[in-house]
Amino acid sequence: MATEPLVVLSNARMHFGSVRALDGVDLSISSGECVGLIGHNGAGKSTAVNLINGGLTATDGDVTYTLPDGSTATGAAAARAAGVRSVFQELSLCPNLTVEENMRVPQRDLTGAGWRKRARVRIAAALDAVFPGHGIDAGAEVGDLSLAERQMVEIAIGFSDGPVPARLVILDEPTSSLDAGIAGQLTDYVRGFCAGGGAVIFISHMLGEVFDVATRIDVLKDGKITDSRAVGDFTQQGLIDAMGHVASEAAKQAADPNRIGDEVLTTDEGLSARRGELVGLSGLAGHGQAAALARFYLARSAGRGQVRNPDVCFVAGDRVRDGVMPLWSILRNVSLTALASMTRFGLVDREAERALGADWKKRMGIRTDDMGNPILSLSGGNQQKALFARALASSADIVVMDDPMRGVDVGTKQDAYAMIRAEAEHGRTFLWYSTETEEVCQCDRVFVFRNGAISAELTGDDINEQNILAASFEMQGQTS
Amino acid sequence: MNARFRILLPIASLAVLLAATFYMQPRAMSYFGLNLLFNLAVPIALATVAQMMIIMVNDIDLSVGTFVSFVACVTATYLNDAPLIGALILLAAIAGYAAIGALIELRQLPAIVVTLGMSFVWGGLAILILPSPGGTAPTWIRTIMTVKPPLVPMAIVASVLIAVIAHLLIMRTSSGALLRAVGGNARAVARSGWSLVRLKAAAYGLAGVFGAASGICLVGLTTSADANIALRYTLLSIAGVILGGGEFTGGRISPVGAVIGALTLALAGSFLSFMRLSPDWQIGAQGAILILVLSVRLLFARSNRKKGAAQ
Repeated sequence: MATEPLVVLSNARMHFGSVRALDGVDLSISSGECVGLIGHNGAGKSTAVNLINGGLTATDGDVTYTLPDGSTATGAAAARAAGVRSVFQELSLCPNLTVEENMRVPQRDLTGAGWRKRARVRIAAALDAVFPGHGIDAGAEVGDLSLAERQMVEIAIGFSDGPVPARLVILDEPTSSLDAGIAGQLTDYVRGFCAGGGAVIFISHMLGEVFDVATRIDVLKDGKITDSRAVGDFTQQGLIDAMGHVASEAAKQAADPNRIGDEVLTTDEGLSARRGELVGLSGLAGHGQAAALARFYLARSAGRGQVRNPDVCFVAGDRVRDGVMPLWSILRNVSLTALASMTRFGLVDREAERALGADWKKRMGIRTDDMGNPILSLSGGNQQKALFARALASSADIVVMDDPMRGVDVGTKQDAYAMIRAEAEHGRTFLWYSTETEEVCQCDRVFVFRNGAISAELTGDDINEQNILAASFEMQGQTS
Repeated sequence: MNARFRILLPIASLAVLLAATFYMQPRAMSYFGLNLLFNLAVPIALATVAQMMIIMVNDIDLSVGTFVSFVACVTATYLNDAPLIGALILLAAIAGYAAIGALIELRQLPAIVVTLGMSFVWGGLAILILPSPGGTAPTWIRTIMTVKPPLVPMAIVASVLIAVIAHLLIMRTSSGALLRAVGGNARAVARSGWSLVRLKAAAYGLAGVFGAASGICLVGLTTSADANIALRYTLLSIAGVILGGGEFTGGRISPVGAVIGALTLALAGSFLSFMRLSPDWQIGAQGAILILVLSVRLLFARSNRKKGAAQ
């Protein structure tokens, strides 16, 4: 196995104005390695990825690629020539093009007569290799594919044959929309790819996956690599400690009986919650949890006219679709739900809005030097904090959360858990839909959904992964 | 799947309107009648394809109408009197179009504002060239536009030709796929190392080419020009793209649909004349037809979504 590094970052720095996204990173990746890059949001993962794939040019320091012929070079063109490919967290396919036409965007040699056919051969081969039995037609329009299928296509494009074979593939949260079986196919393929001399940078918030596939784990913290060890030298707990946040997975406090009060809501499906309670909604994705939340939320909030004191507020998980106002400042995004209570004579009280913004910036720890900055200047985790602030800034007693930790790193998650618990102490009720069992286990009561109906209600010590899984899967063996 | 069915609605709209026209005026069902019905649709189809190039990259062009007028004025004067200078002026105008596209991307300007401004520039230039209606069409374009091919009238042949060329250019070539990709996900395109400035300039340049062709064809039909000759093309072209199954955002366009949309709009005018509707009401009635077709499309989209949710 060749050991010369494919890409070397030496003392790479990246500054955006006063924000130091990367502050002197030394990193080298050789063929055969699968590097797990771990860090909380805002630690510089995305910036590091963009430096490596040539999307950004370092403010200071060097990024050097070793080309297939052994020479070294720098720059975005060199990144392509060296076979560096990226699969991004937010999908970067063109939904209006077919699967094969999407190959044209990253692969420059697909021109002239018969380009479509060559693209089809390449993408079909890659899909077959990575996801055997995928059932995706290369002629299908990407907009017609499901989210999981799109992610599979995107990953396959990353590994597909091209003008330069893939030598280093960067996978940024590649499994966020995939179910466990498909994700397993991917990790198997990645292991084979690395054994065959390829290299992979694997970024995921699911630590289990990282341990499963990585050969080495690098920990990024505040723009620096603070720890880099072979995977066997880390434990999951050790890794969370290394990221700089105190792990409190096991620190679920025994439910304080005084905290939970009277019942505040019930729905026709049998969903109920009491004052100060954390109610989890769980089950396999797409079994009606999100729909139940949406029905409840819309029934309580979709009246006509402005409501000064709404009794329900909403934290979006799909930030792009129903979360951030992309053109607005952070402040305006945060103050949105509280706006009605800050209005005098139909005009917004700017002073009150600013005070509210400053207050929530401090309480949530939103990382920005000015709340007037555009919301998109924040990293994903900080955008999510702003969305939490937006919901909590209202006077609503019931908070509906639609998988709010999607694609959020462990550090921000721990902050959010603590904040949610504190708010519950103050008498707020949380309806929390999550795709991650570990999160649901933080709740006081859990409703497990299956086929659009509640299949189990768990409380207290019954809330554990086995019971949730059992309730999610139970019937499937019997009916089929 | 969806993409293949998207073309059915424009075809159905055209067929229904054509059947209604033939019912009102059976004599239109002839070589001569068809040519008369669709004659003026040829420049509209070209202008619609030009508009489609801009909508393809998520912009909108409010200067198509005045640009076509400008080209018509150049065609009826310089291109007739001094072909070389005329050709140079047209090439410069196309280059100007491409430059506007580059500027819009480079400075991140809203296309709707820039092209609105440009519409006054083209309109002003057209008046400078031809202050009062007049000029003469070059004989070669006159010959092309009045040619009588066997069996199928020129208007139909030309429309099919425009549709095929635009389809090959945008839907089949790899560069066309790249241009559509800009409309679908510009960030992904930029991230793969392509220059969005160049791609947008290319899309606007193509729009300029088709716009120029529209103006030349128009003069070939009318034999003379006027600075205001094609003002209504701006809205007609937008309507044509949408009627043809295109969408304002997301790079979802159909060249064949756009040409069919243009034919439908041109036919709507004739149909309303056959109904002896006063010209004062025609624009409103055309709008009503447009709303009708778009409502049908919305209903289809909604039932599709329901079906998708049920699965």
